[in-house]
Amino acid sequence: MNYFSVFLSSLPGACAQGLAWGIMALGVYLTFRILNTSDLTVDGSLATGGAMCIALMTAGVNTGLAILAAVFCGMLAGLITGLLHTKCGIPAILAGILTQLSLYSINLRIMGNRANLPISVDRFKLLVSQRYVRNLDLKNPIPVFVVIIAVIIAILYWFFGTELGSSIRATGNNAHMAKAQGVNTDTNKVLGLSLANGLVALSGSLIAQYQGAADVNMGRGAIVIGLAAVIISEVLFGKIFKNFSLKMLAVVLGAVIYYIVLQLVLTLGLNTNDLKLFSALIVAIFLAIPYFKGGKKDA
Amino acid sequence: MLKLIDVCKTFNAGTVNEKVALDHLDLTLEDGDFVTVIGSNGAGKSTALNAIAGTYPVDQGKVLLDDVDLTDMPEHKRAFYLGRVFQDPMMGTAPDMQIEENLALAARRGNKRGFKWYITPEERQQYREMLKDLNLGLEDRMTSKVGLLSGGQRQALTLLMATLKKPKLLLLDEHTAALDPKTAAKVLEISDKIVADNHLTTMMVTHNMRDALAHGNRLIMFHEGKIVIDVKGEDKKKLTAADLLEYFES
Repeated sequence: MNYFSVFLSSLPGACAQGLAWGIMALGVYLTFRILNTSDLTVDGSLATGGAMCIALMTAGVNTGLAILAAVFCGMLAGLITGLLHTKCGIPAILAGILTQLSLYSINLRIMGNRANLPISVDRFKLLVSQRYVRNLDLKNPIPVFVVIIAVIIAILYWFFGTELGSSIRATGNNAHMAKAQGVNTDTNKVLGLSLANGLVALSGSLIAQYQGAADVNMGRGAIVIGLAAVIISEVLFGKIFKNFSLKMLAVVLGAVIYYIVLQLVLTLGLNTNDLKLFSALIVAIFLAIPYFKGGKKDA
Repeated sequence: MLKLIDVCKTFNAGTVNEKVALDHLDLTLEDGDFVTVIGSNGAGKSTALNAIAGTYPVDQGKVLLDDVDLTDMPEHKRAFYLGRVFQDPMMGTAPDMQIEENLALAARRGNKRGFKWYITPEERQQYREMLKDLNLGLEDRMTSKVGLLSGGQRQALTLLMATLKKPKLLLLDEHTAALDPKTAAKVLEISDKIVADNHLTTMMVTHNMRDALAHGNRLIMFHEGKIVIDVKGEDKKKLTAADLLEYFES
């Protein structure tokens, strides 16, 4: 049972990664399920969050401020995608791809024209670090992630219960109705995209700290991981979790499950180079299930 | 008072599919008018309503409502003055949101939407009473998703939403066309009641000539983007389906 013990010892790492990426998955959930658009900015804004945070921290900026700056940059990226979509009439998917592509150059700039920016856990005060993931003390990143996620879910639950938040939900659910009820759907789409990419960048800043480096390619395929988390959550918890806050919790759990499964197949000998293919296949299959079942939910 | 002055709208201008939908249209509605609008397919009825609502810009002319110039106002801003019910029961409500969420959204039409909770306990009470008046059993299902309702229930709810905040003008665009005859009659009855109770100025497009004759105090008929019949008051009461058919055929 060597496989099993290897797998067990890698569980804490998988959980921590799942939680970190779970924050990004919440951002994807906002655009994909609440705004009802597919936003591909994510792959770029995740790396922007990581790059901004690590670049600022290595320049001596306080950890909290660096994370805030990262979130702000992510929101800016979402804002640009939103404006390209609503003010320039570019389809949302294409607008996201354009922003994402331009962010690649911008991220390299942020990191001083380097593709990778390491940060040492010994010299900087990191909020979360992979080194302590098996520790049984307060340095362990898992409780930190749990607290951050609880706060995020509480804030989002409140926000989408306000007049403004409720009008954003209506915008994604039926834009015709929203307009007829005096809702500025363009503004709401931009707001939603900003909020979502702020979350994605926050996730990026934490992932970069956790793994001890920001990398220009760290966001590649992030959207697929986010979708996987959303879909896993709906398949496994869709029937039991009806409340909005529980649905968000399910999305985070979806990301954790995704990473645990990933760890399992890696332990069983899957080549890491085949990971992206594997992820894409999983998402494609789960997206196709409702269609083949003849359900009316169009993904 | 609604005023359309010399309004023109042409779709696909300059192509083989060019279609003149509104041809120098002039129309004035007095406050409290309940106008039924008829005409064959493509006559311009729905285009006229959409031009008022701002679904698309008009090519020329003016749309005035109580001397507010709506012509260049975006759709969501005009919504402050207008209540709308669409032909497709799916269009007027958000299916994945609860009945009370839909109503609360409608109650804030034209208001600034901020960080206050989306609904107050007093509103809930008020909505329950209003839903009870509809007599559709919706008052006990306020937290149900609207997507679970039937077409007729959704149209009745949309009517309530359109008038929850009293509009200066209510636009009903064939809002019973997608319903079975019995449900259509029920929704029309609710429409009549809401219009009368609130003294609403109303435009109702319909394909059903009998409905057009039976409801409202004025009837207009569109043909090729122009108004060809305009009958009010006593004259309208005397009008029969046979008279209208004659016009249709001529």
